[in-house]
Amino acid sequence: MANEVVLLDFWPSMFGMRVRIALAEKGIKYEYKEEDLKNKSPLLLEMNPINKKIPVLIHNGKPVCESLIIVQYIDEVWNDKSPLLPSEPYQRAQARFWADFVDKKVYGASRKVWSTTGEEEEAGKKEFFEILKTLEVELGDKPYFGGETFGYVDLSFITFYSWFHAYEVLGNINIEAECPKIIAWAKRCLQKESVAKTLPDQKKVYEFVAQMRKRFVSE
Amino acid sequence: MAEVKLHGIWFSPFLYRVIWALKLKGISYEYIEEDLSNKSPLLLQYNPVHKKIPVLVHSRKPICESMIIIEYIEEKWPQTPLLPSDPYERAKARFWVKFVEEKAPAIWSLYRSTGEEQKKALKDSSEMLKILEEQGLGEKKFFGGDTIGIVDIAFGVIAHWFGVFEEIVEVKVLEAHAFPRLHAWKENFEEVPVIKENLPDRDKMLDYFKKRRMEILSASQ
Repeated sequence: MANEVVLLDFWPSMFGMRVRIALAEKGIKYEYKEEDLKNKSPLLLEMNPINKKIPVLIHNGKPVCESLIIVQYIDEVWNDKSPLLPSEPYQRAQARFWADFVDKKVYGASRKVWSTTGEEEEAGKKEFFEILKTLEVELGDKPYFGGETFGYVDLSFITFYSWFHAYEVLGNINIEAECPKIIAWAKRCLQKESVAKTLPDQKKVYEFVAQMRKRFVSE
Repeated sequence: MAEVKLHGIWFSPFLYRVIWALKLKGISYEYIEEDLSNKSPLLLQYNPVHKKIPVLVHSRKPICESMIIIEYIEEKWPQTPLLPSDPYERAKARFWVKFVEEKAPAIWSLYRSTGEEQKKALKDSSEMLKILEEQGLGEKKFFGGDTIGIVDIAFGVIAHWFGVFEEIVEVKVLEAHAFPRLHAWKENFEEVPVIKENLPDRDKMLDYFKKRRMEILSASQ
């Protein structure tokens, strides 16, 4: 049976981007379907009835949901090239831990930076930088979180970089000044074709986030 | 054989997930009880990021976060597999694990709150159970099929702890008539020998969580 791969996604989603990078890394051909999150398609609601969220990978008609679960699935099925997770169990556990850390911490804190004001925003910014600094310590002197090569943790976090410009303008912060190693790491990741071709233009993302901010903040 | 140590707190469902995984695979380990109000230097060294239990230490290397520990155990000790071998089925199992990780906090809110907050926790808990009942279990005895797997282990909090919280707040949610399949699952799960022989004492838990609830509520006034 032909390998049919469809991705239900939303262009600015840092979660969807993770899947796009994984698919690019493995050289997998797929059909991309843009979802309108204000008007979700019957296909999305059928394929992800529980969360109704993107991204959803549909492989030969069967849906896989949740970005990191999709990435692990891709790694297990297309296991002949470009491994995303380490092969050694302890290293894999560490990779899962840090990707889980990104999932639990980065989105929530960054959301406070662009969607709140006043004290809540200031607290959000402080939290955001604490989280980034924790990641900087974990990165250390390695070129990538995965060591010598781009891997699972890099993939889980680099997609947030496309939103950094939006955080900086809307939150009035300077990420490079506070976390230069993270920016250096991000630029290194962007030298990879799979990342460069996936991450949307930062200005385009900024316009999108600025629009969304209006829903939360009246200025 | 390399040493396995497990740091935990006696009443934690997250700890018990790891205990069940180790016991099902026949792995011996040394248990170390932590005091959450006075965390050991060792715990802080092993889990500097979250400072939480459980932590599994294998050959002096720490692994944190209960479900990540279980995936590690599964890979290191493949006997009595807890995950399916097919990648699609594995993805489905991981989906349900993530589901319970995201929704189960409502269960904890139940015993920690009153009034409007508690009403919301009740609503969220019921919704979670409804989804599990209708879309998670189907006609299977366990989420893992005929034997328990990683999803059943992740859901252990619903089997044993939820009932304790229900009793404390005097609300019954997981009833046989409302959730027939889930209720049957709960009874079957607690009959599995490894589970039955490895559960924290229910009366002790009732006592502990009642006291905790009082502490939490008086602190918030």
